[in-house]
Amino acid sequence: MTDTIRDTMVEIRELEKYYSSFKVLDGISGTVNRGEVIVICGPSGSGKSTMIRTINRLEEISSGRIIVDGRDIHDRDYDINELRSKIGFVFQQFNLFPHLSVKDNVTLSPRKVAGMPVREASELAEHLLEKVGLSEKLNAMPASLSGGQQQRVAIARALAQKAPLMLFDEPTSALDPEMVGEVLTVIQQLAEEGQTMMIVTHEMGFAGKVADRIWFMDRGSILTQSPPGDFFNNPEHPRVQKFLSDMLH
Amino acid sequence: MFEFIQKYGLFYLLGGWPETEMGGFAGTLILAGVGLGVSFPLAILIGFARTSQNPVFFIPASIWVYTLRGIPLLMILFWAYFLIPELTGRAMTPFSTALAAIIIYESAFMAEIVRAGIMGLPAGQTEAARSIGLGYWQSMRYVVLPQALVNMIPSFVNQFVSTVKATSIVYIIGVSELTFVAQQVNAIEVTNPVRTFIVLAFFYFIPCWGLSVLSWKIERDIGARRKAANVPSKEIRI
Repeated sequence: MTDTIRDTMVEIRELEKYYSSFKVLDGISGTVNRGEVIVICGPSGSGKSTMIRTINRLEEISSGRIIVDGRDIHDRDYDINELRSKIGFVFQQFNLFPHLSVKDNVTLSPRKVAGMPVREASELAEHLLEKVGLSEKLNAMPASLSGGQQQRVAIARALAQKAPLMLFDEPTSALDPEMVGEVLTVIQQLAEEGQTMMIVTHEMGFAGKVADRIWFMDRGSILTQSPPGDFFNNPEHPRVQKFLSDMLH
Repeated sequence: MFEFIQKYGLFYLLGGWPETEMGGFAGTLILAGVGLGVSFPLAILIGFARTSQNPVFFIPASIWVYTLRGIPLLMILFWAYFLIPELTGRAMTPFSTALAAIIIYESAFMAEIVRAGIMGLPAGQTEAARSIGLGYWQSMRYVVLPQALVNMIPSFVNQFVSTVKATSIVYIIGVSELTFVAQQVNAIEVTNPVRTFIVLAFFYFIPCWGLSVLSWKIERDIGARRKAANVPSKEIRI
């Protein structure tokens, strides 16, 4: 029992969310183990983004429970900023802070949330930017970077939180096609390092490469949770079959 | 014209000072400057309250803004002039009365600029700030306000310019500011009012034009800085 708790990073139970009378999330349950990479895919409007945003409470839920790293995130005693500092979140639109240099974007959370000394935070930023291949952009402003570069900075900013869990909400959907690869390479590298991640994406080839399991969502529910091999080669659910054949055309 | 300036220039600039209190152009600048200086921080607070989800902040701030936006400055001035001594039992100088009216009035208008500036930022900025673990006030201080204030510059300058001009109305309660002085010059000269009031217009034009130039420069500099490929590291501040 203790082992399961230790090995479980995220546990979602019977999640429901309504927008007035419309049910966006309809009984989502699932578990993410430590070190696991979960890719969430499904048609537009299936609730993928809403679901992933509930995990760091960017979206509130109507009912259900979410446990991250052993703590119920809706627990009254659980400070929301503490929760969020333990989860790295990468947005579709990057959302870098345009008034701050790349370095300040990355060091903001270590300095102001974790209370890291300036020098240590700067070293961390240099290390992380090297990791995402952007060492030379340390003192650049975000507006001088390409979309792919901005998203890699956003990943470095999230990594600077040293969070046990990383969430990606369609990280390549706003990018020009030729920049998708550089961002996916960075995420794949993180997967190889054993970073626990949940990734919403439409990049099926990438999903096949990095995912330990693929959650397929439709109309606010998870229809299947399967390893990529089964998902692509023997999809049992007719909705998944249709989705995959639509993707091919 | 030269003779006229020579004769009345100092009077336009300073009013009856040092025999009476500082007035004229200087009085107008003090009135506008102090008025804006005090109403600016007030406006930031009221503007924040206007974006608040909490009715304890939102409702009073909204009443303040809607009420004051709905009545003319002249009326607030009369209220302040007649009501404040009535309430406090103490006489206020016309200058303090005018200043109080301007602060109250401008706080409402500038609060709406602040609100629009905050609401106008993409939601993703606040979401990103909160996602990295910053609290509400930290998000405001490090992410929202630095950007929102820059976006507010054109509206603020607009409001500053309009405030400089709006101070002219307080001559009606006898504050010896620029318009009041021009009236006095006109009374002394009797003839050629066109000249007297052209000089008056010129005095109003100068600071307003200066403010506009200043705002172009600030916007240009910030725009350039935002696109910089290399920010000198000594400039980096959080």
